[in-house]
Amino acid sequence: MNALLHPVLKPGTSQGPVFKVDRLTTSFRTPDGWRPVIRDISFHIDKGETLAIVGESGSGKSVTALSAMRLLPRDRARSEGRIFLDGRDLLTLGEAEMRKVRGGRIGMIFQEPMTSLNPVFTIGNQLAEALVLHRNLSWAAAEAEALRLMDRVRIPAAKSRLHEYPHKFSGGMRQRVMIAMALACRPKLLIADEPTTALDVTIQAEILHLIRELQREEDMAVLFITHDMGVVAEVADRTVVMFRGDMVETGATDALFARPREPYTRMLLASIPQLGTMGATPGPRRFPEVDPATGAASEGREMPVVTAGTAPVVEVSNLSIRFDLPQGRIHAVEDVSFSIMPGETLALVGESGCGKSTTGRAIMRLQNPTAGSITIGGRDIAYMNARDLRGLRRSAQMIFQDPFASLNPRITVGSAIAEPMLAHGVLEKRAVRDRVTQLLEQVGLSPDMASRYPHEFSGGQRQRVSIARALALEPQLIVADEAVSALDVSVKAQVSNLLMDLQASRGLAYLFISHDMSVVERISHRVAVMYFGEIVEIGPRAAVFGNPRHPYTRRLISAVPIPDPARRGTRIPALASEEARSPLRPLDYVPPKRRYDEVSPGHLVQLP
Amino acid sequence: MTSFNLFSGLRPLLRNRAVIVGLVILAVVLLAAILAPLLAPHAPNKLSIVNKLQPPSAVHLFGTDEFGRDILSRAMYAGRISLLVSLGVVALSTVLGVILGVAAGFFPRLDTPISRLLDAMMSFPDILLAIALVAALGPSLPTVIIALGITYAPRLARIVRGSTLVLREMPYIEAALTLGLPLWRVLTRHLLLNLASPILVQATFVFASAMLAEASLSFLGVGVSTDMPTWGTMLASGREYINNAPWLMVFPGLAIVFSVLSLQLLGDGLRDLVDPRLSKER
Amino acid sequence: MNRVIRAFLRRLMGMAVVLLIVATLVFIIVRVTPGDPAAVMLGSDATPEDIAQLREKMGLNAPLIVQYGQFMAGLLRGDLGRSIFLDQSVGQALLSRAEPTFFLTLFSILIATVIALPVGILSAVRRGSGFDQVVVTVTMVAASVPSFWLGLILIQVFAVQLGWFPASGYGGPDTPFLYRLAHLVLPAVTLGVVNSALITRFTRAAMLDVLGDDYVRTARAKGASESRVVLKHAFRNAMVPIITVIGLSVAMLVAGAVVTETVFGLPGVGNLVVSAVLRRDYPVIQGALLVVAAIYVLINFIVDMLYVAADPRVRI
Repeated sequence: MNALLHPVLKPGTSQGPVFKVDRLTTSFRTPDGWRPVIRDISFHIDKGETLAIVGESGSGKSVTALSAMRLLPRDRARSEGRIFLDGRDLLTLGEAEMRKVRGGRIGMIFQEPMTSLNPVFTIGNQLAEALVLHRNLSWAAAEAEALRLMDRVRIPAAKSRLHEYPHKFSGGMRQRVMIAMALACRPKLLIADEPTTALDVTIQAEILHLIRELQREEDMAVLFITHDMGVVAEVADRTVVMFRGDMVETGATDALFARPREPYTRMLLASIPQLGTMGATPGPRRFPEVDPATGAASEGREMPVVTAGTAPVVEVSNLSIRFDLPQGRIHAVEDVSFSIMPGETLALVGESGCGKSTTGRAIMRLQNPTAGSITIGGRDIAYMNARDLRGLRRSAQMIFQDPFASLNPRITVGSAIAEPMLAHGVLEKRAVRDRVTQLLEQVGLSPDMASRYPHEFSGGQRQRVSIARALALEPQLIVADEAVSALDVSVKAQVSNLLMDLQASRGLAYLFISHDMSVVERISHRVAVMYFGEIVEIGPRAAVFGNPRHPYTRRLISAVPIPDPARRGTRIPALASEEARSPLRPLDYVPPKRRYDEVSPGHLVQLP
Repeated sequence: MTSFNLFSGLRPLLRNRAVIVGLVILAVVLLAAILAPLLAPHAPNKLSIVNKLQPPSAVHLFGTDEFGRDILSRAMYAGRISLLVSLGVVALSTVLGVILGVAAGFFPRLDTPISRLLDAMMSFPDILLAIALVAALGPSLPTVIIALGITYAPRLARIVRGSTLVLREMPYIEAALTLGLPLWRVLTRHLLLNLASPILVQATFVFASAMLAEASLSFLGVGVSTDMPTWGTMLASGREYINNAPWLMVFPGLAIVFSVLSLQLLGDGLRDLVDPRLSKER
Repeated sequence: MNRVIRAFLRRLMGMAVVLLIVATLVFIIVRVTPGDPAAVMLGSDATPEDIAQLREKMGLNAPLIVQYGQFMAGLLRGDLGRSIFLDQSVGQALLSRAEPTFFLTLFSILIATVIALPVGILSAVRRGSGFDQVVVTVTMVAASVPSFWLGLILIQVFAVQLGWFPASGYGGPDTPFLYRLAHLVLPAVTLGVVNSALITRFTRAAMLDVLGDDYVRTARAKGASESRVVLKHAFRNAMVPIITVIGLSVAMLVAGAVVTETVFGLPGVGNLVVSAVLRRDYPVIQGALLVVAAIYVLINFIVDMLYVAADPRVRI
């Protein structure tokens, strides 16, 4: 009936876009009245087409998607403008009509597969529900159909898994279930809100591939929301760039990548760590400096290589860490050995659960090792008691992933940096203040920020504070556990550059723990690849990236989305053994002794 | 410097209408109790048999009791005892709760024994445990405080343990450890400072519960036995006259209701303020 | 399956440990009495011979560790000792007073739950509405009222003024069962109202919590109606905390019964405890504490088992 208001766009007309957003503005209610969070957004998607909305956190990309589904709380958010699906304006539909659209005409998948499924109902029940709601099926018929859907999204052993609960599924499998649910009623439009952000890179490649295939089969329109330019290049026909609630630029994806018009887009593209741009350069290389006003970039400087003939800062030999559970034993880290020289960055890469963080925590003795030794400054710290350990704290420090949780919210930034120096008595009280000033300047912050509390800082600034705090005791080694992973892309480049500068000026050794292959390629001298608690490949960065030998390393590198639309679809992900092998073993399991092959000097690969 | 932070952190509370109401009531009750010697229109224990069981009037705003004592004045003085007992209970249970909770939450080896002990203590319904303790120790002001303090300690200990378990995993606590700060410093400056808010919230609720429990104990005749009345004893002795002099029951009862209500309003407001910080700020 | 049984046995063991600590605590509580409990019990005009006799009767002359051993051994035999003032064993004394307490608890929890669940759910769904504000205010006030005071007011209105229900007592053994139960209406309402306030507030909070979860958004994105979203998707997930608070309330009701039974003159377990405390009848205090705590531990165990049914992620 509401379609009468817009007689020009008749329902069911096959001409024109499937989905069209026209001058959409969504506002949230604040104590000071309604405040727009997205302004004047317009775009359209044709049948069979994929449109990506890309932007950093706070750009309003998710709000755009939720506005289209009218899933924002009605009392706290309101949308103006028009949103057409097949010619009908969704913003004027009654709630009952809108319910038919949700799940029926528009399917949606969300970022967090781990929390987006209801934990207390079986997968079958949740899949069937969508069918019962929209297609008038009986529950029995719906469950049969659900089984077919699970096959369609390639869930192995679907029949036996239909009656299992979500917690038995891995993240990737849950996202497949979500996709099956979204596609259950053959929607005209699929909205995917950061569907792969929470997933490991190899799983991401598989999910992206699946969405593309299903889109082709169904000929549906896809609205893809992401912060990752690599993913954009991989999936999108056209792209909308958003920044702080505004549409900055829109266009065909290849044109946008080749000839970005707006400075922001140029900056975004220039800051992306891009895999395979390092060639045979032996040392790390700073990320390009981007001028935010113009978006002009200048390639970063190459950083020094490690001077030979010095003693290593840290030496890890045959480190094993196991956890005993009632149902078996987790071999989190198994027979891991490596060393790091002064001024060297060793990157520890791998996917979630591979043991890379546990290794880092063991070096900091936040985790007690089960076997092996960890030598720092000539002393084995693996089994050192708490008192002796305090001395160690001065030579090794850590930077954590979450910039919001790594600073005590109740202590000023200045005293957080001063605290370790006072506790260890390394400096006079008065000298400490000058030192704090100095450290803040070194990490690119203004000294008068010392009296502020952490919540007054942005994520990138907090990470700089954490770095300053770690430097306070002048350590030789810094364990950086996913230290730049939670940061927006432009900030990520800046903080990475800071780390490289500090290394060059102070001869710091880094253990850089990360899942992000493109950052690792820039920042590290050497790389160790971990898989199920073991190092499967280790060597100079140029050798590992240029000549990966272990199948897992290859899979990891090939799964990284490349921010170049021209190279899209050239790689089809290896059909993985998706339901991941578990590091859980029986209590009497004895891991086999691994042997390594030296392919080139210092480049070792685990033999099968 | 940190107390300033805590203070400015509490400022949003004053935008919450319910909290304002709670604070105002609490202030009135506290002032009436503290300033009772100055404000009370009559001496609390002055007998006047001619004036017994007078209904509320201009001279006796809340009426008089069976001995002709002024109920308003007695209620004001009773507030002193009731508040004193409740504050004592809050202090004792907080100290015990924080010690047990931090020990259980921070040191994995102590967790099982302490948690089991707390389980066992919590399996006595609160009033019953307090009654038994008072029965064993004999009814007196310190006994009631000790009995209720022990009774409510597990509640605080549970909250503190839970928060400690969460905070222990926070990178800033781990950072404090890796920076080689002495353990006591990590515990006091980093852990306790961030536990302050959940403790404050829970302590407010314990305050309210203690007030109700004290009244119940006095009503049952196992409470504070002093020559000064408490709200509970006033209710207990007023019970006989409920048919012809209901004001004996109404005013002390309302005093309890309003005091407890004000604390609950305050506690709710505090929790709304604290919880999102603790759970949603990632 | 084997693992499930083992886990179940482990839970039972844990329960036994807690019960052991409970028994020890009870033993300690009753013996922290300053001075001679026998002298305290008999009052100031007792002769030394009386005191000595009572000490003998209570077994106070044996060393503490022997007393503890005897106490524990008695418990294992199901022997809670003998009341000093009643001509009964503690077990008999408790049993003969179980009926009113049992039905009082049952009715109050029924009243509380029947009010609390729908009101709490609706209040959460309509967060911020007029209804919600009324619910928040009323439950807050109800939770601030001392239960004995509410009881006295109810007696005054419904028994004295209106004469609808008996004001106190429970009738004798000859009184017909239903008539006996009529005596429980006012006390059950008293306890029910206070507890429904607690459960309502908790249900509301638990629902608000889950209504913000991602899977609720998923259900909405699926096109589920609001009632389906709330009753199927949200409520099932809020059930674990709600079960917890209902279990906890049952235990609290037992404590509440102590006060309420005194107000309404019900000859229940609570009444027995209060009179035992006033007379310093230590064996009765000891036995009642133990039984009530054991019931609580049992309820907790049942609640834990209900978790397993309510949430597939929970394993025993």
